[in-house]
Amino acid sequence: MDYFFIGTSLIKIVCLLGFVLGLMNYAVYAERRVSALIQDRLGPNRVGPAGLLQPIADAGKFLLKEQFTPAHVNKLYYWLAPCLAMVPPVITIAVVPFGSTLFGVPMVIADINVGILFVFAIASLGVYGIVLGGWASNSKYPFLGGVRSSSQMISYELSLGLAVIPIFLLVGNLRLTSVVQYQIDHGWLIAPFIGDWTNLGKWLLAIPMFISFLVFIIAVLAETNRLPFDLPEAEQELAGGYHTEYASMKFGLFFLGEYIAMITGSGIIVTLFFGGWHLPGIPDGSHGWIFGLINIAVFFAKVAALIFLFMWVRWTLPRFRWDQLMRLGWLFFFEIALVNIFVVAIILIYFHL
Amino acid sequence: MSVFLFWIFALMMLVFGVAVVINRNPVASALSLVVSFLALAALFMSLDAYFIGIIQVLVYAGAIMVLFLFIIMLLDLRAEELRKINWVASAGGLAVALALMVQIFAVIGRFSLAKQTFPSLAKSTSDDVHRIGLLLFDNYNLPFQIIGVVILVATIGAVMLSRRETR
Repeated sequence: MDYFFIGTSLIKIVCLLGFVLGLMNYAVYAERRVSALIQDRLGPNRVGPAGLLQPIADAGKFLLKEQFTPAHVNKLYYWLAPCLAMVPPVITIAVVPFGSTLFGVPMVIADINVGILFVFAIASLGVYGIVLGGWASNSKYPFLGGVRSSSQMISYELSLGLAVIPIFLLVGNLRLTSVVQYQIDHGWLIAPFIGDWTNLGKWLLAIPMFISFLVFIIAVLAETNRLPFDLPEAEQELAGGYHTEYASMKFGLFFLGEYIAMITGSGIIVTLFFGGWHLPGIPDGSHGWIFGLINIAVFFAKVAALIFLFMWVRWTLPRFRWDQLMRLGWLFFFEIALVNIFVVAIILIYFHL
Repeated sequence: MSVFLFWIFALMMLVFGVAVVINRNPVASALSLVVSFLALAALFMSLDAYFIGIIQVLVYAGAIMVLFLFIIMLLDLRAEELRKINWVASAGGLAVALALMVQIFAVIGRFSLAKQTFPSLAKSTSDDVHRIGLLLFDNYNLPFQIIGVVILVATIGAVMLSRRETR
């Protein structure tokens, strides 16, 4: 038994989990401030300096409210559903490389050879929380929300999976650290001007990669049930959807699970398309621990920028209609992703990349 | 440690597998099957077959069982829960299962190949994704394509059968 490995892994798990849960709380705060900014309001600014203690007040409210269970629900599954909605996004973070090395320890919790498939597999389990929440509530609106959500997540999983195939055609490996390493050697996938910029094939390749990126980010929006794809919880139509019958921390788990899914999704997009923890000109952690820390900071800065993009989208675009959503997923993104794979394969063969 | 984990996950798989059969509530049955699949995936991973384990979760637990649950939820569950247990049929099923188990044990007990220990996968040099891909797309490419066509035909047939006549 390798005690060094187990010890460092435990430290990494505790630190990353704590950091991501903190980031999640401040993502909620940021969402409220960004929405206020976009709608020309102030947002929460009373609790602490600039409202920075607002997440703590929110958490206190979630925890101290009455744990009310309606009489008509299916008790076991009603209690199980919020946990099932929260856990999968947290587990997925395990395979995302969030830094280079720190004191010789690689900054990824589990570097498995099926990295991206692991992400998809665990993310696809997230639908159980929502479906069970809708079913166990035993009332009309939550049930409709659960049905909508399961069909939406199944539909967009296809585009999500197909959109990353071009990357793995290029890298030749499903390991997420290899994707980052490839981007360090050859430049970020959607930014061909980084690294060896004289190669024509790289510039051509950036076009399908950008299409891949668009399909992937839109599918992530749909998978995390955020506007413009938040039909499962559409307040105006379904009175809150699958979490209508939930209150206090049980609602909190659904709500925060959505934010963790957003953070994890951003982390994966950064790893796949934006070079992970790499920034041109900054060496990796083997040159000193300060660079290791800078790499981690770069990764989370990119994640924060993407989270801001998600919020910007949410407060700018209106919601899709149900049939539009399905048509978009099945008749548009699915085909584009398929064609994209062929284009990338042809470029790869022609330019011997 | 890994033997300990094997027993935990094997036990989990069996207990939830039995729960699929004995639960009266179809939703509970479906969820038990999901847990059973997850434990099976964990067993695959303890053999260093990460790809098969992950595909087990992705395809069975993540996609097929969601569709099952989706359909079950739309049904009326009261009728199923109120049905009486048919003791004669249960005893018959149990007897058949036991007979099958005895047969399997008897055959494996006499089969000399079953007694050898296979070398662990972790000692091989290439990773399992590469080798499965090579097998499927190189050695067995034609059967693979034929299976694809057969599944496509089945899908089209299902769509045709479930479509309502438009006049």
